[in-house]
Amino acid sequence: MKKTPIYVLLLTAFFALALTGCGKGASGENGEVIVYNWGEYIDPDTITMFEEETGIKVVYDEYETNEIMYPKVEAGATAYDVLCPSDYMIQKLIENDLLQEINFDNIPNVKNIGQQYFDQSQEFDPENKYSVPYCFGTVGILYNKTMVDDPVDSWSILWDEKYADNILMQDSVRDAFMVALKLKGYSMNTLDEGELNEAKQILIDQKPLVQAYVIDQVRDKMIGNEAAIGVIYSGEAIFTQRENADLEYVIPKEGTNVWIDSWVIPKNAPNKENAEKFIDFMCREDVALKNFEYITYSTPNDAARALIEDEDIKNSRIAFPDLSQYNNLETFHYLGADGDALYNELWKEVKAE
Amino acid sequence: MIKTTLQRIYVTLIFIFLYAPIVTLIVLSFNASKTRAKWGGFTTKWYTSLFRNEAIMNALANTLLIAFAASIVSTLIGTIACIAIMNLKKRSRAIVMGITNIPMLNAEIVTGISLMLLFISMGLKFGLGTILLAHITFCIPYVILSIMPRMKQLNPYTYEAALDLGASPVYGFYKVVLPEIMPGILSGFLMAFTMSLDDFIITHFTKGAGVDTLSTKIYTEVKKGIKPEMYALSTIIFVTVLVLLILVNKAPTDKQISKKKVK
Repeated sequence: MKKTPIYVLLLTAFFALALTGCGKGASGENGEVIVYNWGEYIDPDTITMFEEETGIKVVYDEYETNEIMYPKVEAGATAYDVLCPSDYMIQKLIENDLLQEINFDNIPNVKNIGQQYFDQSQEFDPENKYSVPYCFGTVGILYNKTMVDDPVDSWSILWDEKYADNILMQDSVRDAFMVALKLKGYSMNTLDEGELNEAKQILIDQKPLVQAYVIDQVRDKMIGNEAAIGVIYSGEAIFTQRENADLEYVIPKEGTNVWIDSWVIPKNAPNKENAEKFIDFMCREDVALKNFEYITYSTPNDAARALIEDEDIKNSRIAFPDLSQYNNLETFHYLGADGDALYNELWKEVKAE
Repeated sequence: MIKTTLQRIYVTLIFIFLYAPIVTLIVLSFNASKTRAKWGGFTTKWYTSLFRNEAIMNALANTLLIAFAASIVSTLIGTIACIAIMNLKKRSRAIVMGITNIPMLNAEIVTGISLMLLFISMGLKFGLGTILLAHITFCIPYVILSIMPRMKQLNPYTYEAALDLGASPVYGFYKVVLPEIMPGILSGFLMAFTMSLDDFIITHFTKGAGVDTLSTKIYTEVKKGIKPEMYALSTIIFVTVLVLLILVNKAPTDKQISKKKVK
């Protein structure tokens, strides 16, 4: 029986990999900064630039949802220096005393960030002490001009029987209820059971008209002319328009959700100064521009926006809506465990109907 | 006649359901357009950019390293454990088998979180090392599961005979026991390898900053949509496994070789 060759082969492979795989380590001359960001949410070149300019090594880690990031930060398995959660998650982190105040004297480039985004941030960070906006966007209606002949300016079009089986809704509790609550004129952060039940009822009424409850697929389905109207995030809308010129994006007159992803520093950050240097670097206009071009989500960095060469994008109402023009925009709040449970329960009733 | 056509249709349907997703993925990996809704022409650019993407290549190296190391170590530990378990009394053997079976039935997320908490309380630095420890831990029960049946079929008298004829226990083990349980060890190794290769949840909770395996890397791309480079990588992995499988099935077995020699 000749079995030895298998072991030899495996062991060689193992050691070869061990040698190539473990070549990293060793921090930069000026220490390191441990960043925990969304996946695909930064231009990798900017990290290299930061390392070269400052001599600080970036340990870069990624997560896929706020909910997955939270337990890792709370448990403290790895002490991160910089995080980039969304609005309501920042509120939750603040409420649970997991963040520390940012020293804005160390972040001179914060002047590039438009004041309106700090104003909007006050919904989750009331004194603007903990967060620096990085990306933002709205939720609106994407429709196909060749398939829809009515003017689109209200969430009510999603209840129009003419478009039965041609409507795409977001398959997530808060996004779906946002649409219904806004249409009814209520706050999307309401905990009033009467209001929520009304919203639930109209979501159930809408169900027969909906082609599918989807998340990512809104983009592909709309590009492929598989549906006429869909609820979509503005960051995706620009991409879909480039692929299919018949698509148009609208922020409904009843108002909508403005989401903001911001840089924050956790309480147990081992390298706070480096963290502030990193945030400052990300606020620099040329870096913010590079990131905007890579991510294509709207940047709150006004100086970077001024550098955009493509006039259509620079003046795009989709990428850069004038937030002050609306008075009914809201940002998601953290509703607490009971609030989340209430929403989930009602959403289950909608889906089960 | 009707029966055979029905059988063929049935088998074809099964194969379509099994392989349609993979074929879709392979086709999309050659699509020049980033969205699945449009065919932008044939391209191999995702393959070239895949090999230039340092993050994905690092994740691939980590995945293979962890899968090899975890499966080798867990196979060693599992085999030794099996020998020990066989020599236990019936009652304690049942108890030990019960204990090793629990981690397999346990939800992965529970294993993941409890390992994370354990590592934190031990003050370990999260990184490749913690992932490796976690993978070895959850692979061992699968190794034991696939070796135990072989062990039970083993005729204890052959080993005793070897000792009677003057073999040392170690020599007797290598010459008599090991060849008999080898198929079990190999299938245990392969099982551990595949379990480690596609594990996501446990890896997620036990990994440190900046260390990614393929599964965690792919998952982080969910928010912005999975990049076509990943389709290309999956295609390569699928083709590699396919080629390996064909080679393994085509390779002449020991028995066939000895038959030829006899002739």
